[in-house]
Amino acid sequence: MQKYSGFGLIKHALSHHENWQRVWRNPKPKKKYDVIIVGGGGHGLATAYYLAKVHGITNVAVLEKGYLGGGNTARNTTIVRSNYLWDESARLYEHAMKLWEGLSQDLNYNVMFSQRGVLNLGHTLQDMRDIQRRVNANRLFGIDGEVLDPQQIKEIVPMMDCSDRPRYPIMGASWQPRGGVARHDAVAWGYARAADALGVDLIQQCEVVDFIQEDGAATGVMTKTHGVISADRIGCVTAGNSSVMAAKAGFRLPLESHPLQALVSEPIKPILDTVVMSNHVHGYVSQSDKGDLVIGAGIDGYNGYGQRGSYHTIEHTVQAIVELFPVFSRVRMNRQWGGIVDTCPDACPIISATPVENLFFNCGWGTGGFKATPGSGHAFAETLAAGEASDMAKPFSMFRFHDGALIDEHGAAGVAH
Amino acid sequence: MFYIYCPHCEEHREEEEFHAAGEAHIPRPLDPENCSDKEWGEYMFFRTNPRGIHHELWVHSVGCRKFFNMTRDTQNYEILEVYKIGEKPSITSAAAKLPAQSKVQEGV
Repeated sequence: MQKYSGFGLIKHALSHHENWQRVWRNPKPKKKYDVIIVGGGGHGLATAYYLAKVHGITNVAVLEKGYLGGGNTARNTTIVRSNYLWDESARLYEHAMKLWEGLSQDLNYNVMFSQRGVLNLGHTLQDMRDIQRRVNANRLFGIDGEVLDPQQIKEIVPMMDCSDRPRYPIMGASWQPRGGVARHDAVAWGYARAADALGVDLIQQCEVVDFIQEDGAATGVMTKTHGVISADRIGCVTAGNSSVMAAKAGFRLPLESHPLQALVSEPIKPILDTVVMSNHVHGYVSQSDKGDLVIGAGIDGYNGYGQRGSYHTIEHTVQAIVELFPVFSRVRMNRQWGGIVDTCPDACPIISATPVENLFFNCGWGTGGFKATPGSGHAFAETLAAGEASDMAKPFSMFRFHDGALIDEHGAAGVAH
Repeated sequence: MFYIYCPHCEEHREEEEFHAAGEAHIPRPLDPENCSDKEWGEYMFFRTNPRGIHHELWVHSVGCRKFFNMTRDTQNYEILEVYKIGEKPSITSAAAKLPAQSKVQEGV
């Protein structure tokens, strides 16, 4: 792999940037792999990278039906934070946060991780009690966090309306200074490039149509374009499409796929240098390096795979944003899109063995998977390498919906991401 | 924005008056006390979540507040039919088969 550096940039300028190495190969798939990852989004690519880097398993293929990072990785609002309530999820998201902090160096690819802080607003007494509880839990767990009053919020975001005027006045917020945003596409590309350099085969335009099973164990996959590809272990990381993949393997998941919409405004001058989210009035906003306001809506209530949702959902979100930031009322919106999120009943993911031996699923991230990309990949790689759930993944078994050991993160994950 | 026909009010109303309540035709186990954890978990949480034909429950929450069923395509979002609780869907697909269970409560 050609190493990226400032010096390299100058060197390549001399040849008019025409001699850069391709970022990754485009190999023909082999007949057999140690591990096949189904789904080439951020989580799948991160899994492949950590399999190769941490566990030395390089005979790995990532099979992607479209192009790399073209699903929810390209559609989210790029927020990264780790202030979750319960120990199990806090451990996972904080692990991801620590990996984020060194990710650009690790991958030799600038993922533009910017720790600009995340505010979670409270608008009711109950919100504030939940925020205090969550911040206390975070601090006991070693995750940074503070409870702010409206005056302190005003110092961080002066243009936010912290007065009594709004329908739901801001009563306070939790503040995680280490939270922030990252460049979503760069995360997929960085992981893809680094995994490819370690020998992982990235196969695009290769849809998996079925799992090959013998005696209740998966032995390979049937693809649309390359026939049967065998593998010792298979990891399925297909986000919104996970239920469809599980049905092919012959079981059901506790998931529902919903459209989740987001929108960006026209680019404007730097105006917001942090991330503001509110569960109560249902909106979250940050400003990208390009200058556009990145706004996330809530999920549409119905099941859907159409990568679009209903108009009133984004209308509600924009109403909330304008209530918080009256100054945004005349900003024009530029683009709007939807992604399909696989929501779990307890708002926590599934990183798990399945009823089919040698077949593992990493899904159920719902509305907040992007922030977990490195941690999810790390934990799933360990699971695939060992053939059983790693310590970090163990609480996130799909069978928790049988034994009742749910991890209720609706307070920390209910809306915003 | 969906434009939904409420079979109780017998008129089309905008989606914002309604609330989607998930998959339809999930029978409550007849004898919950004697369910295994697995059976109860399957009933509570596990869903078919199909890509395509989906039978689902809706409630006209700011209208008549009554529940009804809908068959809808989850890919193109087309509403194929609306029918009352207790009735059977006329449009089905192999992918959206009702779960085969022996003890099914009548009329669900």
